[in-house]
Amino acid sequence: MDKIFTITPSPHIKQGDSVRKIMYTVIFALLPALAWSFIVFGLPAVVITLTSVVSCVLIEWLIQKYLMKVEPTINDGSAILTGILLAMNVPAGLPLWIMIIGAFVAIGVGKMSFGGLGQNPFNPALVGRVFLLISFPVQMTTWPNVTRQAVDATSEATPLALVKEGIKSGSTVPEIMQKIPGYDELLLGNFSGSLGEISAALLLLGMVYMLIRKVITWHIPVSIFATVFVFTGILWMVDPMQYADPLFHLLSGGMMLGAIYMATDMVSSPMAKKGQLIYGVGIGLITVSIRLWGAYPEGISFAILIMNAFTPLINNYVKPKRFGEKK
Amino acid sequence: MLKTFKIGGVHPAENKITADKAVEKLPLPKTVTIPIAQHIGAPAKVIVKRGDMVKAGQLIAQSAGFVSTNIHSSVSGKVKKIDSVFDSSGYKKESVVIDVDGDEWAEGIDTSTDLIKNTGLDAKAINKKILEGGIVGLGGATFPTHVKLSPPPGMKAEVLLINGVECEPYLTADHRLMLEHGEELLVGINLLKKALGVDRAVIGIENNKPDAIEHLTVLSENYSGIEVCPLKVKYPQGGEKQLIKAVTGREVPSGALPIAVGAVVNNVGTALAVYEAVMKNKPLVERIVTVTGKSLSKPSNFKVRIGTPVKELIEAAGGLPEDTAKVISGGPMMGKAVASIDIPVAKGTSGVLIINEEEGHRKQVLNCIRCGRCVSVCPMGLEPFLLMTLAEKKIWDKAEHENVMDCIECGSCSFTCPANRPLLDYIRYGKQTVGGIIRSRK
Repeated sequence: MDKIFTITPSPHIKQGDSVRKIMYTVIFALLPALAWSFIVFGLPAVVITLTSVVSCVLIEWLIQKYLMKVEPTINDGSAILTGILLAMNVPAGLPLWIMIIGAFVAIGVGKMSFGGLGQNPFNPALVGRVFLLISFPVQMTTWPNVTRQAVDATSEATPLALVKEGIKSGSTVPEIMQKIPGYDELLLGNFSGSLGEISAALLLLGMVYMLIRKVITWHIPVSIFATVFVFTGILWMVDPMQYADPLFHLLSGGMMLGAIYMATDMVSSPMAKKGQLIYGVGIGLITVSIRLWGAYPEGISFAILIMNAFTPLINNYVKPKRFGEKK
Repeated sequence: MLKTFKIGGVHPAENKITADKAVEKLPLPKTVTIPIAQHIGAPAKVIVKRGDMVKAGQLIAQSAGFVSTNIHSSVSGKVKKIDSVFDSSGYKKESVVIDVDGDEWAEGIDTSTDLIKNTGLDAKAINKKILEGGIVGLGGATFPTHVKLSPPPGMKAEVLLINGVECEPYLTADHRLMLEHGEELLVGINLLKKALGVDRAVIGIENNKPDAIEHLTVLSENYSGIEVCPLKVKYPQGGEKQLIKAVTGREVPSGALPIAVGAVVNNVGTALAVYEAVMKNKPLVERIVTVTGKSLSKPSNFKVRIGTPVKELIEAAGGLPEDTAKVISGGPMMGKAVASIDIPVAKGTSGVLIINEEEGHRKQVLNCIRCGRCVSVCPMGLEPFLLMTLAEKKIWDKAEHENVMDCIECGSCSFTCPANRPLLDYIRYGKQTVGGIIRSRK
């Protein structure tokens, strides 16, 4: 008997990349920023991150095993990534039971209820974060005091909140800026905020790594940054007393974490490059609008979720340039 | 900056392990099996019968229509039978089986290696010789060459492109041909230019073959109107539309033929076959085949008579390795997996690739994570993930609207998908069905 050969249609070779590799590359890119938050916030940050990751993975496993009755796919790394991102979106002192609720909403509602990885219209970690922000506004905005290296439980406002409150009470931006860390400190993360808000430089480093590994392309982060820069830049030039300068907006809050790691979530962002640019511009515009005129000091989470909702529409109407398109 | 096409493309590992192996003549087999349908179009009509004695180069099946071509015996010997035999398509095809006896060539065929440069033949006579010689596109598509050289009324060719890209990984047949038969190739290109009535020809070669680029650049100085264009390595640059875009910057409109932008593309192998048919009177009865694979002990480039069983090529390359999972006729991106190695080498067989167990099986299909890689690598600017879903759900009108018929089946989408989704499998299914619907409207 002759040897029996495998028959499949072409192609017969495969690029080495896998879903798992992509997820772990993003996780790896986040590690420096995560490590920095452990240094700045200490043990509470480690505990909150572990709680989030373990809860996310466990909840996904339980849902797949006992509700969906499918082979659990937790080793693809996506639940770990959601866990890390969710932890980076909360203050270090958050009570652990709230963190667990957040993980449940992120994975259970944000991801598995739609059918699991690849099916969710919204970024799961952001679904979890926004749920917590609305349900537990006090705990979610109680930032540990880190300025001058002394971590204690008293609350310290984030730079964005300081600006917002300050303008409401009649101060001008230059006056408020006196109370806020300088740009070098914003870049290096010597101020208060969520775990992932305090390390712009390290988050940018992770972006470079992801760009080199081709896990993301420049389109989404750069279009967000450019939009925020231009939009806030125009307002700042018109009235520097009322509006903070563009660099401040880029370096403060969740801008870096959101634009680089959350908006680029493959599942919930558009697939064609042109669509990604529209999506990025939309996120930039909505973020700035919320920051300047909305109820919350920071708006990038909402902005990303809103543009997530537009993603199917963008995919439907913004097509890649076809080869040989008839004009 | 080297030229290349603009949209999409991938970089598979090149694995050109036979690039330095000079072409060896494969010993004559005991029997050859020559299918009468080795080209696109109507199968040829058999004109010999069992028991006939034939010579190498003798016509055994005649072209049966405009889009069809002649088939010649590749050996001398006795017609054993005319029967249906499996070929690389996996279907049985009518074939002429010949028992080999000696190596006697039909009268008038010049089998010497003397270079003949000049001919008094005009375009019409050249084209007639090409049809008589049974020349088809040797890049793999096997479209009859004389048809390509006869543009439809009102269309005029402006430039002849010669495809020396060989963008498929592993394959080196065209590479060796350019190195070892440079002069003949250039004369063949001149003949094609004359047949088309164009005064400019460009040979496109990817710059992973610097020796071929240099060799032909030097030789082409003695031939007016032939230039060499080095190209950046990117798959599928050997695709007709991609090559035209890379070299001329022109984009063939959706659904149209290359002649719509004044271009005609022929493979280097075809140009050499044209030289032999016109100048040496030698029909297309042998070709260069790369026999390769990571587990093969002696990967080689062979000059093979058409109809030789693939098994004999593999034997000559060291025998079928223990860990063979797949045998591919052609390259790894677009070749066909074959069920048996008893199938014959045909005009379109550019390579025989042995894929081992390690790479020979597909991985588990996961959920689409909407990473968009299939969209960014598609050289036709399509959305493979969407076309797959539409085919899966049988939404044919939408699939047509999303240009499913533009797919060139290069496989870049399936190659790159991190979730191992069978994108091209479904898109092919969509193309077949939508193609049928379009034809039924007429």
